[in-house]
Amino acid sequence: MSAIDQPYSHSHGSATGHGHANEPHVMPLSLYYMIFAILLALLILTVAIAEFDLGSMGLAVAMIIATIKAILILMYFMHVKFSPPLVWVFSTAAFAWLVLLFVYALNDYFTRMWMDVLGK
Amino acid sequence: VSAPTASPAAPAHHDTADETILLHQFDDLEQQELSSTLGMWAFLATEVMFFGGLVFAFFLYRNQYHDQFVDASSHLNVWLGAFNTLVLLTSSLTMALAVRAARLKQRANAVKLLIATMVFGTAFLGVKAVEWTTDYHEELIPGIRWNWKGPAGAHHGAGPAHETAAEKRAETATGNDPTPDEGHVPRHPTLSPGFSPGLVGPTENPDYTVEMSKTSDGNKAQMFFVLYFFMTGLHAIHMIIGIAIVAVIAFLTWNKWLSGVGATHIEMIGLYWHFVDIVWVYLYPILYLISMHKS
Repeated sequence: MSAIDQPYSHSHGSATGHGHANEPHVMPLSLYYMIFAILLALLILTVAIAEFDLGSMGLAVAMIIATIKAILILMYFMHVKFSPPLVWVFSTAAFAWLVLLFVYALNDYFTRMWMDVLGK
Repeated sequence: VSAPTASPAAPAHHDTADETILLHQFDDLEQQELSSTLGMWAFLATEVMFFGGLVFAFFLYRNQYHDQFVDASSHLNVWLGAFNTLVLLTSSLTMALAVRAARLKQRANAVKLLIATMVFGTAFLGVKAVEWTTDYHEELIPGIRWNWKGPAGAHHGAGPAHETAAEKRAETATGNDPTPDEGHVPRHPTLSPGFSPGLVGPTENPDYTVEMSKTSDGNKAQMFFVLYFFMTGLHAIHMIIGIAIVAVIAFLTWNKWLSGVGATHIEMIGLYWHFVDIVWVYLYPILYLISMHKS
């Protein structure tokens, strides 16, 4: 119990700057508007970049921009940045399992032609 | 039912009726809130896998049927999609502000922002409905109304200027050598006949083209729209569920039914709403933007 409580209380205290457990963490309004402005800028950027033929890099660039947007939403709108470590573990695990799915499935698709196996 | 009392002018309104009640199974309010947050994140983790499988299937087919997917994607309206992304990002902002208002115990403000979130969410679905109606009229709905006429603009003035991406690839691949550069060494000389190419692209195996030609361009383009409707449809179902839950929570917050439970309900629907927003952040570029430089 204390193993969960202690890092939580610690991070909560350091993130909010005060020790009152009942006071919820609140970000300033300007930070919300700034994140929103960055998200809109990234939306314009991803449409603008799509105008150019980047070949196979096009998808990678679009995915990098989308991931930056997703991380901004996760960190600030979903408050993960100001959440206790256990929330970090849960939210990261969600995407870590997705990476496992992609890596092992691609592992299969990339290597299917390497050997002459019946029934593939 | 009484009218909302808290106003934005009075941010930290500490009414005793608004104090969060600690349920007996929890040590303190922090643990109580953490339990809800972790439960929601466990659910969102399953949602990530749910959408992730579809996105992975899309990536595989996008590699295998790249040119047909580019042609199919040219039927989607990039600007309607961008507008919808803008609408959904704005709804995420209002939802984040609603959570902030709820944490500051600004009840009336939270209700207003929840309603704004619903309005933007409904606007998103409205635009989506317009897009799907257009798809219906253009006969782009697999299984219901499907008639492939090539990429967008090709059937207006047929000519070499409107050559499809699939045709371009076919021309460069004429003859026995599908690769234009000379002295090309086959990457996989032991390739067996009938091998499905997956991610490796064209090979020099003659059986490869025979095998692939069995699937017409129309069928490959149809695969794009199957995945398009599955992904956007699943996303729209999540939006409808989200709007309904936001409506219920906005009403229960307004009539003080949720007094004493803190901001937890609004925080949890906020997490869900932002997650659905993140899904669209990925769907928009992979579905709409793959054909822009060709159009």
